[in-house]
Amino acid sequence: MRVLFEHIDIPDIDRLEVYRRGGGYKALEKAVREMTPEQVTEAVTASGLRGRGGAGFPTGRKWSFIPKDLSLRRYLCCNADESEPGTFKDRELMLRNPHQLLEGIAIACYAIGAERAFIYIRGEYAEPADKLKTALDEAVECGILGGRIFGSDFGVEISIVRGAGAYICGEETALLNSIEGLRGEPRLRPPFPAVKGLYESPTVINNVETLSNVPHIIANGAEWFASIGTAKSTGTKIFSVSGCVNKPGNYELPMGVSARELIFEHAGGIKGGGHVKAFIPGGSSTPMLTSKHLDVALDFESVAEAGSMLGSAGFIVLSEEVCIVRAVLNMARFYAHESCGKCTPCREGTGWMVNMLESIEAGSGRSDHIARLVDIANNINGRSFCALGDASAQPVLSSIKHFREEYEEHISQRRCPYPSWSFS
Amino acid sequence: MVQGEYGYLPEEAVCEVSEILGMSSADALAAASFYTMYSTAPQGKYVLDVCVTLSCSLMGGEHLLGYLSNKLGIGVGETTPDGLFTLRAVQCLGSCGKAPVMMVGGRYYDELTPEKIDALLEELRKNR
Repeated sequence: MRVLFEHIDIPDIDRLEVYRRGGGYKALEKAVREMTPEQVTEAVTASGLRGRGGAGFPTGRKWSFIPKDLSLRRYLCCNADESEPGTFKDRELMLRNPHQLLEGIAIACYAIGAERAFIYIRGEYAEPADKLKTALDEAVECGILGGRIFGSDFGVEISIVRGAGAYICGEETALLNSIEGLRGEPRLRPPFPAVKGLYESPTVINNVETLSNVPHIIANGAEWFASIGTAKSTGTKIFSVSGCVNKPGNYELPMGVSARELIFEHAGGIKGGGHVKAFIPGGSSTPMLTSKHLDVALDFESVAEAGSMLGSAGFIVLSEEVCIVRAVLNMARFYAHESCGKCTPCREGTGWMVNMLESIEAGSGRSDHIARLVDIANNINGRSFCALGDASAQPVLSSIKHFREEYEEHISQRRCPYPSWSFS
Repeated sequence: MVQGEYGYLPEEAVCEVSEILGMSSADALAAASFYTMYSTAPQGKYVLDVCVTLSCSLMGGEHLLGYLSNKLGIGVGETTPDGLFTLRAVQCLGSCGKAPVMMVGGRYYDELTPEKIDALLEELRKNR
């Protein structure tokens, strides 16, 4: 079942003419000609579409928070800052079908009454940014995007803003600061972006995959979309599978597919034919699960029930040969590097966790280190300014919960029992 | 734009930009130092950004970093004496399905092996 990836294999689908031949921009035309903005929002709400960036918030509801007072300027920001370790779906969506995203952005703008949209794309994504720019220029030149779209009174101007290397800018309020030319530090909420966002105006921020779904919902109807996936997690999801599998890559599957099916039927099973030790279902910020959880359905509810989060569906597979402590140390270094420094628990705590994990991995860990790691993680989790701090605690807490004996082994043997790794 | 011109962000240039934009030089310098893709010091013509985050690490990202370090005779964060290459270890580049990955001049080089690296370095040296 492919929706977002249905057309990616068509040669030159990134060209306007080819995209239109396959029905492209028909949904935008339908929206602006036959539907009111409220009807578009209602359709997206009825479809059950939830945010694909990680939080899974209902998209239609997010749009409905924008004040109805049309005299207020409002903005749409597309979050293309994809930086969550293990996640690489938005990159492929933008590289291979840029018009699908642009059409989704235009429809979303129509729904919320925004005449300006920004695509905030991470600085490293020069190639996808170029693709988007070419597609955008072509659509503007041909009069598809711009003023008076399809003869209506609605017009939209879309700009591409490139980041410059900072994971935190995927946090939506940090993203707004970055567009405004400031350090990408998160803002205090409330006020929420729907009330006071970009340049102090009501703003909706949606992920690339979320917006790419919108044209399909408008074209095929909310009921069609809701019939895919599970009752509460509708539609398909792109799972970015990486780590110790034979066929890493992006797999678009209905929500609710099992972890087992994803790993063994789609991603080609474990490299070298071994077993799964652990998997991280939704990017490094989500708690790891174990081989006991292989039959968990990958939808928002089921993964939460199993003690983790579907997140961005950046699905990292760790085989039995992987040292859990070293894997967690790697992720801890990521968060320490990416912490913006604004709040103390995250800025200091992420560094302390790295130090302690380095000691344990190097064989100089002490028996009280495990309890102290848990204590530090618990003091970051829920006490930091934004979700980055909470995220940094998850690999540590979940790994100690499921693999405490590996930590103890490192400490009692005074060395790492695993060889250096390279599974390629 | 400034980095495109000079290869890094000299403090005077950042201050000049802040005047053009009507922001304080402190805010502009704070932004310049915040992002990893901005450099406040001169760097090599080609910056080799090798990803060492988990998925790339599992596929040998750190080994490649070591390989490059040996081959170029510089440490991580350093620049070759001829000013051609700067070697950096960076966090997730968002191409984990094709690990290990390296970015050079905005282009991604994926599923890297020592052989592919040798060929790339040779090509870059030719274009110098």
